[in-house]
Amino acid sequence: MKILVTLKRVVDYNVRVRVKSDGSGVETDGVKMSINPFDEIALEEALRIKERGEAEEVIVASIGGDEVQQQLRTGLAMGADRAIQVSADGDVQPLTAARTFLKLVEKEEPGIVFLGKQAIDDDANQTGQMLAALWDRPQATFASKVELADGKATVAREVDSGLETIEVDLPAVLTSDLRLNEPRFVKLPEIMKAKRKPLETLSLEDLGVERAGGIEAVSYEPPPQRGGGKVVESVDELVSELKSKGLL
Amino acid sequence: MSRVLIIAEHDGENLSPATAKTLTGALGLGVSDIDIAVFAADPSGVAEQAAKLEGVTRVLSIDHDDFEHFLAARLAPEIKALAADYSHILMPSTTYGKDVLPRAAALIGVNQVSDIQEVIDERTFKRPIYASNAIVTVKVDEGQPVVATIRTASFAAAGEGGSAEIESRDAQAEDPGHTRWIGVEGGEGEGPDLSTAPIVVSGGRAMGSSEGFDIIYSLAKKLGAAVGASRAAVDAGYVPNELQVGQTGKIIAPDLYFAIGISGAIQHLTGIKDAGTIVAINKDPEAPIFEVADLGLVGDLFELVPELESKL
Repeated sequence: MKILVTLKRVVDYNVRVRVKSDGSGVETDGVKMSINPFDEIALEEALRIKERGEAEEVIVASIGGDEVQQQLRTGLAMGADRAIQVSADGDVQPLTAARTFLKLVEKEEPGIVFLGKQAIDDDANQTGQMLAALWDRPQATFASKVELADGKATVAREVDSGLETIEVDLPAVLTSDLRLNEPRFVKLPEIMKAKRKPLETLSLEDLGVERAGGIEAVSYEPPPQRGGGKVVESVDELVSELKSKGLL
Repeated sequence: MSRVLIIAEHDGENLSPATAKTLTGALGLGVSDIDIAVFAADPSGVAEQAAKLEGVTRVLSIDHDDFEHFLAARLAPEIKALAADYSHILMPSTTYGKDVLPRAAALIGVNQVSDIQEVIDERTFKRPIYASNAIVTVKVDEGQPVVATIRTASFAAAGEGGSAEIESRDAQAEDPGHTRWIGVEGGEGEGPDLSTAPIVVSGGRAMGSSEGFDIIYSLAKKLGAAVGASRAAVDAGYVPNELQVGQTGKIIAPDLYFAIGISGAIQHLTGIKDAGTIVAINKDPEAPIFEVADLGLVGDLFELVPELESKL
């Protein structure tokens, strides 16, 4: 079985982004970029599945300009076997991404496609579910535990009410939640080795993907700032402040 | 013509408050025709509750044994079958809505607007991105349905007093047979629901252990509050994951929020930005939580929290 893992290049999660003063977008020039943290978790899980002998190959894929090759190389250094870059300019909305990954699914025929549950830039949380719909296969989203046996995956999912378990037939789409695992660190020799691993470049046009837009970003603004707070000196003062606000 | 369809969230017996909040978001569209679809194995009780919500035109009651558990692969084709009659399809931005609706959107052939926090007009919405460090205004093209999830923390629940008609509909799709529900653990927590409680008391890594968390539970009980937690506290195993507040946990907007022993990482602040009053108790005066707190108290939480409880 092959596992396809999708990696999105995003602003590093430690960076506090700023909205451009003209409201045209978010400042990304000179900002540290990384693999979306949820995608890193998805890749880690795929690698563990392979290390247990339950998969033969792990392929990483990303959509975007040549800069995404950095994240693909990092994925290869973590242990993926090969990488596919689908080159595309501009805004790639989730449905376009799902259509693109469907083309890769048809080409590679993986048993599992593993995505992060959401990208920390657009916070959309859509692509995995959309891919599963287009592929007409099961989805197990927000996975915090995955067990494979007999062509099926048993997945514990983090839902509002607790931990839900479902069983899905493979092939299937899984999306990772934070607590699925702790991704490994990349070691220097692995980075050197990753440079020699295959990285194939295709384009949306090569794959015949029809772009799906339909939602236009009109403007961006910073979130409203909270009013200046006050540091109180004692519990008594805290209680009286809360009482004066009518909260207690 | 504009018509809105809301897919109800419920546990088989009770309509979730998330649905009434989604309705408030829908009312902001200024559209008079708002239907609620209830998919359930036995929808009658939930459908009656939905029909009482103020502003609902019609409740579609769709029963099938398959709908006992909300499996996205089963529900998405049902939603698509209903979609042709509507200009807007909405669900709450809960784990349920997040799981099901993008699958339906893809079948319909459109992108989804995730997490609407403000309705500008029928096709223009504000939503948070980058862990709520930016707000984007998006416009959905004319000629395509608006498929969207509503950020429940941004809207109050719609009131009762309506009397919508209830219409039975038949299921349209078949069980694809590839996804099976096994079970669910958790949710047996005491006290009010974290997503809707007016007061929330949250603890962080500084609680040190699950026993350390006892002072949080105790204070919450005294206040009639729900208990929350930071990711660090959940990862350390002090409390179960469904208590996590933040970008990847629950996004809440209580009137009063206590952040105790929580440093205030960006990802946590995302979950509480809309809280009415934030109180921070932390021994580190430089902790980022104090930048957003309305009231801060610096000191040892193991002394201050019991003292606070005793003085309430």
